[in-house]
Amino acid sequence: MSYFKPEDLKKFGDIGKFGAKDLADKFFAYYGEVFKEGALTQREKSLIALAVAHTVQCPYCIDAYTQDCLQKGSDEDQMMEAVHVAAAIKSGATLVNSVQMINKADELMM
Amino acid sequence: MKATKSMQAQGNRLANTMIQLNVLNGKDMVDAKFPLFTDKLKEINLFPLKPSGIEIFQINMGKMCNQVCAHCHVDAGPDRKEIMTKQTLERCLEILKNTDIKTVDLTGGAPEMNPHFFWFVEELSKLGKHIIDRCNLTIIVANKKYHRLPDFFKEHGVEVVSSLPYFSEKRTDSQRGEGVFEQSIRALKMLNEVGYGIEGTEQKLNLVYNPSGAFLPGDQSSLEAEFKRQLKRKFDIQFNNLYAITNIPISRFLDYLLESGNYEAYMEKLVTAYNPMAARNVMCRNTISISWDGYLYDCDFNQMLDLKVSERSSLHINDFDIDKLNNRSIVLNQHCYGCTAGAGSSCGGEVTG
Repeated sequence: MSYFKPEDLKKFGDIGKFGAKDLADKFFAYYGEVFKEGALTQREKSLIALAVAHTVQCPYCIDAYTQDCLQKGSDEDQMMEAVHVAAAIKSGATLVNSVQMINKADELMM
Repeated sequence: MKATKSMQAQGNRLANTMIQLNVLNGKDMVDAKFPLFTDKLKEINLFPLKPSGIEIFQINMGKMCNQVCAHCHVDAGPDRKEIMTKQTLERCLEILKNTDIKTVDLTGGAPEMNPHFFWFVEELSKLGKHIIDRCNLTIIVANKKYHRLPDFFKEHGVEVVSSLPYFSEKRTDSQRGEGVFEQSIRALKMLNEVGYGIEGTEQKLNLVYNPSGAFLPGDQSSLEAEFKRQLKRKFDIQFNNLYAITNIPISRFLDYLLESGNYEAYMEKLVTAYNPMAARNVMCRNTISISWDGYLYDCDFNQMLDLKVSERSSLHINDFDIDKLNNRSIVLNQHCYGCTAGAGSSCGGEVTG
């Protein structure tokens, strides 16, 4: 059984009703500001969000930003390249730690 | 496999407009019911919806088309034989002579496939009307007799409005048919060559973007900037404005929504994105739509659902009475949510902002 129910995404905006409404309000106001057109376009921000959604492995975010990227006019190559950027950073982050392994091994080995 | 025949020719039961209306009202094929569109207008004292005055005379010159697009609300295609006769076109000219309606918007099918198209545009031009041709682009390269269209449009001051759902072949062809993108690019180059879409010229070339799937169009100005950048970069093509149009859940697009399991979610998107400001500016308030056989409708979508104007004494161009029509109540149904979602949608793109 999966905990993920796509229809739950619609309830996200209501988390403040459960408690800590002021914090929820501040979060959503901040969230809204972040995604406005700025030095980056809304389309670019949406592609970044899509990539990040993959690294944090949030199925709600992946659903939401796949749709958002399509709405904002990104094409399949741009969306896939964004996910590859996320994958490259994630695998790079794993591999770069091998330097620590190598350092430690050098320290321990004859 | 993409369809090469209209829904009508395939015997698809959705070709029956009553069934489409039943689906939209949760009475056939689906159970989903959504708040009534008319109730939304009542909330803002906009019901019954009245015209602001007819400014645009939109003529559907026939359902015949050289393309079979997957989202087409007309269910147009090569197998559709409904074509406006010269007699009906003459009656249109007579009305246009005797009213101060300034804009004539030609659509179809491919309006250019009407055998009287060239003559009709010449006559409209003599009347000094602002002429818009909704050109699918590929018709320009489809047959030698249409190669002269760019020059002809220029000679008669025709504004060209053309669909190009995306600046990539894959997404364009998935919606409009194999080879359409390549042909469209060739046609756009021909239009650019005679000055269409080039900054500083009088030849206006506007593109229509509509989503290739079950999602809403994004911000029109951002999309326009991206289209301009990509078309210039990839193909050295220029155009004036981009109109972002929402797919209305009728005809072939409704069929797609039902077949792909996206119907409910799409309707919910439209209803959630309902914008009262867009409702005040919907195109049916300043447009009258004429079908190939001369009947009158509030818009091209109502025409395809066979929802004629409510003014019983002026149902047909033979009984055209502009005063009565300007006082009619516009016929509404659940598909109208398509024109009021987000920034709104019309044949000229967004209606707010």
